[in-house]
Amino acid sequence: MASSRDILEKLAMKHRALQETLVKNKHADDVQALVPSAKVNVGKLQPTMKAAESSDEDPGETLKRTLRAQRQRRKELLLSKSSVQESHNNEETEEVSTIKRYSPNDKLADKTEESSVISIKPPSGSYGSATPQPSSSVFLDTFVTQHLQEKLRAARSKGEKLQQLEASVQSPSRLQQLRDRDTVTRFDTRQVDPVGAGRHDDPPVLHNRIKFREAARRVRDLPTAEESYNFFTFNFEPDRPNERLSRKRQIRRKSAEEARDEEEGKAAEVEEDAGGEDDQDETVNQSDEAHLVQNADDLFVIDHSPQDFLVVKKAEYVSYHTRIQQESELFTPSFRTVPASVKLPENMKPRFLEEEGLYVGKRPAISLTNENILENRLLKMDEGRKWFGDDGRIITLPDPVKESSTRPPLADMEEDLHPALQTVYRRPLKSMYGSSDPTGDYQIDVNVSGLIFSHHPLFSREHVLAARLAHLFDQYLTRRQSNLSGHLTDKLNGLRNALRNVVKVHGDQDLPQALQRRIFEYSLEVRNTRHLRDMEQEKDRTLLKNIIKVWKEIKALREFQTFTNTPYKLYLRRENVDLAADEHMYEEEILTEALEIEAEHEEDYQKKLAEYKKQQEEWKRWRKKQKAKKKKKKKKKRGQTQDDTDEEDQDQEGSESEGPFEEGPPKPEPPERPDFDSIEQWVREKASRIRRKPGEVILTPELSASGSITPSELCPRAEVARREDVSKRSLFIKVLYNDKEVSRTGSCSLRSDFRVQFTQLFHLKILNCPQSMNLQVFEQIGSSSSLLAQVFVPVPEPSVVTGSAPVETFEFSSNQRVMFDHEGVGSDVPLSFEPDGSNKVILLTSGKLACCVSWGIGEDDVPRAPPVSQQLGAAHSGLGHLDAVTYIGASGLYDMKKISEWATQSRLDPNDPNNASIMQLLKVASSGEVTAPDYFRLEHLQEEFNFATDEEMEKSKRFRLLRLRHQGVPEFRNYKFVPAFSSETSEEVFKEYDRRLRDEEIINKEEHLDSHRALVARYLQKIRESVINRFIQAKHHYLLSDLVVEEEIPSIGGAGSGILGLNLFKLAEPKRPLKPQRKERKKVTAQNLSDGDVRLLINIIRAHNIPVRKPHSNKPGQSSQSAIQGSEWFISQVQVKPFVEVSFQRTVLQTTTADGPNPSWNEELQLPFSAPNGDYSTTGLQSVKDEVFINIFDEVVHEAAASNKERRPSVHTQTEKHWLGSVKIPFSTIYSQSRIDGAFRVNTPAVLLGYSKEHGSFAAYDHFRKPNEGTFIRLFITMEPQLVPGEAIREKIKEMTFESQEDERLLQASETFERAAALRYPDRPCITTVIDLNGKTVFITRYIRPLKPPQEFLDAFPNNPQEATTLVARYVSLIPSLPDELSFCGPCDLWSTCDQFLTLLAGDEEEHAVLLCNYFLFLGKKAWLIMGTAIPEGPTAYVLTHEPSGFFIWNPSSGQCFERDDTFCPLQTIGCLVSSDNVWFNIQEKASPVNMSFDVTNTSWWKPFFSRSFSHPGLSSVQPEELVYFHTDRAAASDLQDRIEKILKEKVMEWRPRHPTRWNRYCNSILKQFLPKLELSRGQDVAKAHRHELQNLLGDYRIAGFPLHMPFSEIRPIIEAVYSTGVHNVQVSNVEFALAVYVHPYPSYVLSVWVYLASLTRP
Amino acid sequence: MATNNPSVFLLTVNGQIEGANFPEHDNLYCKYCYVYGHDWAPTTGLEEGITQITCKNSQTQRLVWNFPLETTFKSTNPFGWPQLVVSVYGPDVFGNDVVRGYGATHIPFTPGQHKRSIPMFVPEPTWRLQKFTGWLLGRRPEYTDPKVVAQGEGREVTRVCSQGSVTVSFHIMSKDMKKMGYDVGPSHVHSATPD
Repeated sequence: MASSRDILEKLAMKHRALQETLVKNKHADDVQALVPSAKVNVGKLQPTMKAAESSDEDPGETLKRTLRAQRQRRKELLLSKSSVQESHNNEETEEVSTIKRYSPNDKLADKTEESSVISIKPPSGSYGSATPQPSSSVFLDTFVTQHLQEKLRAARSKGEKLQQLEASVQSPSRLQQLRDRDTVTRFDTRQVDPVGAGRHDDPPVLHNRIKFREAARRVRDLPTAEESYNFFTFNFEPDRPNERLSRKRQIRRKSAEEARDEEEGKAAEVEEDAGGEDDQDETVNQSDEAHLVQNADDLFVIDHSPQDFLVVKKAEYVSYHTRIQQESELFTPSFRTVPASVKLPENMKPRFLEEEGLYVGKRPAISLTNENILENRLLKMDEGRKWFGDDGRIITLPDPVKESSTRPPLADMEEDLHPALQTVYRRPLKSMYGSSDPTGDYQIDVNVSGLIFSHHPLFSREHVLAARLAHLFDQYLTRRQSNLSGHLTDKLNGLRNALRNVVKVHGDQDLPQALQRRIFEYSLEVRNTRHLRDMEQEKDRTLLKNIIKVWKEIKALREFQTFTNTPYKLYLRRENVDLAADEHMYEEEILTEALEIEAEHEEDYQKKLAEYKKQQEEWKRWRKKQKAKKKKKKKKKRGQTQDDTDEEDQDQEGSESEGPFEEGPPKPEPPERPDFDSIEQWVREKASRIRRKPGEVILTPELSASGSITPSELCPRAEVARREDVSKRSLFIKVLYNDKEVSRTGSCSLRSDFRVQFTQLFHLKILNCPQSMNLQVFEQIGSSSSLLAQVFVPVPEPSVVTGSAPVETFEFSSNQRVMFDHEGVGSDVPLSFEPDGSNKVILLTSGKLACCVSWGIGEDDVPRAPPVSQQLGAAHSGLGHLDAVTYIGASGLYDMKKISEWATQSRLDPNDPNNASIMQLLKVASSGEVTAPDYFRLEHLQEEFNFATDEEMEKSKRFRLLRLRHQGVPEFRNYKFVPAFSSETSEEVFKEYDRRLRDEEIINKEEHLDSHRALVARYLQKIRESVINRFIQAKHHYLLSDLVVEEEIPSIGGAGSGILGLNLFKLAEPKRPLKPQRKERKKVTAQNLSDGDVRLLINIIRAHNIPVRKPHSNKPGQSSQSAIQGSEWFISQVQVKPFVEVSFQRTVLQTTTADGPNPSWNEELQLPFSAPNGDYSTTGLQSVKDEVFINIFDEVVHEAAASNKERRPSVHTQTEKHWLGSVKIPFSTIYSQSRIDGAFRVNTPAVLLGYSKEHGSFAAYDHFRKPNEGTFIRLFITMEPQLVPGEAIREKIKEMTFESQEDERLLQASETFERAAALRYPDRPCITTVIDLNGKTVFITRYIRPLKPPQEFLDAFPNNPQEATTLVARYVSLIPSLPDELSFCGPCDLWSTCDQFLTLLAGDEEEHAVLLCNYFLFLGKKAWLIMGTAIPEGPTAYVLTHEPSGFFIWNPSSGQCFERDDTFCPLQTIGCLVSSDNVWFNIQEKASPVNMSFDVTNTSWWKPFFSRSFSHPGLSSVQPEELVYFHTDRAAASDLQDRIEKILKEKVMEWRPRHPTRWNRYCNSILKQFLPKLELSRGQDVAKAHRHELQNLLGDYRIAGFPLHMPFSEIRPIIEAVYSTGVHNVQVSNVEFALAVYVHPYPSYVLSVWVYLASLTRP
Repeated sequence: MATNNPSVFLLTVNGQIEGANFPEHDNLYCKYCYVYGHDWAPTTGLEEGITQITCKNSQTQRLVWNFPLETTFKSTNPFGWPQLVVSVYGPDVFGNDVVRGYGATHIPFTPGQHKRSIPMFVPEPTWRLQKFTGWLLGRRPEYTDPKVVAQGEGREVTRVCSQGSVTVSFHIMSKDMKKMGYDVGPSHVHSATPD
């Protein structure tokens, strides 16, 4: 204990020393920081300090006071110290002296001190804003460290011993201290230094580090064994932030002392805190950190050591490692504490604002794990460090939650609220933006005053009558008010007077014209007025009569029912008149009237009379004519009668006379003379009807409701029930504005007189343009209400304003049917007032609503109505749209007719500009009526929707482009980026298309060289178009399989792979079998492809039987012997060095050169494929016409003479390649079959100059078939990736059910037959129906019919049928072949008949086969059509013949014939055989012709289509009876021959642009002589002799050449073929060429073309 | 220069395939691609993509991908406006990857932020038995090409079953559309402009 006491003492001493230095330091740097700012900031200090103070969270006055005291004390201390230490540092003292200057002023010094702290650290209390101020803090750091280091050096020398003790002593001393302190919590026990830990959030890592550093330092200074043990085993337990946090909280709550500690900062703490050891620790810590910064080694060790420990731990978990590898992409943040050094920028110590005396808020509580995770996650990011503050913790805002409410409660303050806090209501302003009404401050007042039912279901009978009475009386009142009859009477009198005056003044005679007219007008007017008056008077009279009648009825009813229901009483006031005067007036009236009428009648009469006379005249004239005629005819007999009639006519007018036999103008009747008496009588009658009789009293009805109603007690029960019912009812009215309910009246009960008074006024503020106003009348019984009727109220005119607007009544009615069992009459119920029940009336609920709708008036008497003018101009208003009428002030006349009426009546001035609009309107309206169409148009708005006229559409290049693309024109089908503007569309785009259009019209002669072919081409083009259209239709017909990929339906128990059981077994199969089997490659749909994705793989395996070279120096005799000398000769010379060159789409690749006639290359060539226009759709790929040329060349190396000019003798070798043969495979074939594998017969020329053919077999065979002769090459061709071949459009066509003339039963049978075949042998083609050129389905057997070949073939070898057969086969093969797919751009198989085929001179294998089969049948052979697959064609058609020597298979396209067991036969599988009467499907095990039997009668091998169950229906053939052949003109052929030769020569020269091309004329002519011979011998057996001859003729020339033979279709393929041989590529300078062409004509323009091509070099 | 008389307009699609709601399935991933007309071409961004596999949270029952879409198209013609085609796949009971839904939506026309919920569907097997075997063998019917769902032609031959929905959010920007005479903005924006 003593030693420890000793140590403590020493420590205290040390502490004191340190204190001194620290204070000095503090002082110095305080001043340093202060000096520049203090001078300036003196004035500002006060607020700064205040801010610093106020940033305290919970300061409390006491705290402040203590703080102040504290500062005071410290200051005193500081002052004394500074004076003591003046000698310490000169510079410092100077600065201190500056402080001294301030020191007298305590207050100020205090402030400066305070501010110095503040200026070192930013005065913010939050962590977030604690941005480091490098200038001051770094300076401070270095300064401090400097001093500390100095101090340390001294301390070390002193305290060597002390340090050794430290490790052992520390913890007890700490514990002791802990015991001394009461306030410390249990957490402190673990801590090294509770004060230090509490002071600043010193991360325990730091502690660890410190410990570690100490240890490390000690290691440097020879560590003891124990220490080293400690070093390696001590678990540097990471911190306990949880504790730390809680500690922090506790410490916050601690005494003011500690608060002060926080406030004061480090220096003060050091000064005041007693624990000397701690301070020692502190300083050591500080100095160590300084070391740490300076010493890189230390830094390294310290920073990474904790991590090293972690790594060791991790290594134990191997599984964890693997897991980490698996999830390497995922980041799982560790929840371990991150060392502070990682979180801070390098060379930075954690800095604790809190410690430095700044306030930092209370951090929100976060669980430690989460914080760690977050820190780890942040650090993983690129700029993760920016999230960390200076103290190495995540920047956090202080917890914003306050413990107590900061707002005073408002609940009890409502009464005595401060006037400034009172809320003021402001009405919401409508935003101007987007408002439809200009100002919107409008108001409509709706005044609903009342309601009167003219009928109600609860009316009693009396009510009905009373209502009627009231109605009549109303009418009467209105009539009396308007007093129309009185007016009219006055008017009449006036007119009469005027008329009388006129007549009186001017007398009767010679009136001027104008006056006469005036009189006439007057009288007319008088007549009209009188008429009107009479009508009115009559109405008055009937009304009065009716009133009285109804009243009488009411009285009768009241008497009958013994009670009164209505208060109505009718009084008739009698007004006595003076009888005499009255009578006088009456008479006078009648007289005047009668006179007038008479005068009118008279006038009328005169008119009629005049007319009559005129007619009479006419009649007479006619009559005379008639009579004259008659006179001539019958003079005597008729004479008398004639006279009579004449007399009659003259005497009596108006008498009738019959023209018994005449037809003519009828004899006019004379008008009746008006009779005054009768007129007077009529007038009187009328007067008595419509007018009161003279002397009769004038009756004035008066209706009063003053009568009393019988009280209910006196009424019968039914009536009582009715009355009760009435009293239950009440009514209310809803006001609807623009179909929205805006308000409703209160409900008023129905009174017994069926009137309801509402008298309510509604003010409607209007925002929307008024469209409709609607008042709904509701009737309420109890709580349920029902809509009785709706009254639509017109929206008032803007001029109608409240106050001036009259109350209007609107009638309403409802057709609800109501019936009652009491006295109520109900509604929609027949009702009769007659005792016998007749004369029934049906009454509907109806009534009148009195209301007034008008625009409101504002407070300042301004009408709140929309201005009139605005409505006119505003486009938004439905009212003002065409409202010219409101403009001129006549509102409400919306009806066009009414407007026009009104316009004519009011005699609008059409020239007034004000009226222009209405005039126009009227004009439009009237013209509109005239031109209204009397037809109905469906798309009458089409023109409005056309955004461009048709002309513009035509003209615009852009639209044209768009349209053409839409139509799918091939040139534009995949055109991308149609420009947005026409101007950007270049003409270039259309050039090709236009040219094609033109070319379709004018067939290029050059291309076809033959007028017949030109015509054919055009015909073919037309067919193609129609077929394409058909297929475009078909293409848009989708099947499920086109859209959805689905597993096949597993067949249960059937053969094949699709057994359900098998599939189930597959589940149990191992995923990766030991012996993998070839799997189908995944097929790629073509859409996603682009250029470069697709490659053509051509595997050239080997070739057989390549021609070998012959030594050119051989003499003729030797060459003939060479074959015999055989083996010896082979050895002696280089046979041949063949290589294969493949060209496709301008890419040329070649294999290496091999040796010998049977070379084996086994090389794979990859050729890129690009589809035209980048169109990788199925149709696009199908229409690719490119062909793959596979040429076999011989590489010949010549040793050219060494050039003498050079000194060194050098040997120049020249390499030539000699064409030996070629194979052409169209791309379409590869595409449709997706892979081609097999041996191909190389197309070798009949004669190869300089080469001899090696004969592999010497067996004897027929002279017309040479199966083994020739060269074969084995190829494997496919595409990478595998493209999906075109879907079977055939299926679709069947779906579309192309029209067919076949029997429905047959079609069905064929479908089932084909389906069954496909199901069982999917790889064997089975075709029973085909589509002809018209797109109709035809049964296949109809195509087979014996047809006669051209006679010349039959004549050529009359004795040798075999020859004829060959000739025929050759003829057929000479017809050019054109796959349907190319011609019809789709995988469709169209079969043309033989005559069509011969006319078109183009077709694919089927047509050739059909024609050949038909010829063979004619030649008497047994022949069948084979439907099978062959290489390279794929599904194709061959011909099978049965001859005595066996079965033969013919390739119709090449004219070759194979024996059944020929292994080189290209036919691979046979699907079915077709004859003219049946189809047999191959159901044998094997499908290749070698292994099968052709005995079609055996039904176990061949399944016939027509069997006993379904016999042949006797189908007639579609082929013509006989083929007509045209004799081909030889002259035309020779002409063509010359042209081809010319073109070819030009081309060869064109292909050799850098070399002169010399033609050896001599050779040309020799070759030309050979060609006909070759044609005659069909390219066979002449080679030897031919070579001989040539050799003789040309002597020393080394000749390489060959004749090419091909059917003629166009010039282009010939050029291509010549080009592909590469003869022109000979670069030797002295080369000469020879070229000869021969065209042999066959019937029907079938031409055989021979091109002999040779290069000659002189050795 | 070019900005005054643009020959193409640009449409930028930003956004993300936010997630999906497939009540019956889990562990799904999503593929997307665009379908557009001849006059359209993507200039930048991915045209096709595939998301991570995501599984449901036990609480929300919602699949979240948050898969960003960023593509810019240029075009001369609004015809063939791009459509987003999404197809969702996931393992079935036996672990076979099967399709869970197809769906498509047009890219919104108007600039701004849009959110689309695309209802998803899958083709139905033609046969009950096929439905069973498809379930058993994990080979459900699928469209030959997911882009089928963006076209109207030929859909009448299929039968589909609805599945769930995918939520996609778009942020659309367009450039030069108005200069080329295509006005796609909301109507009130233009009505508010002074005459």
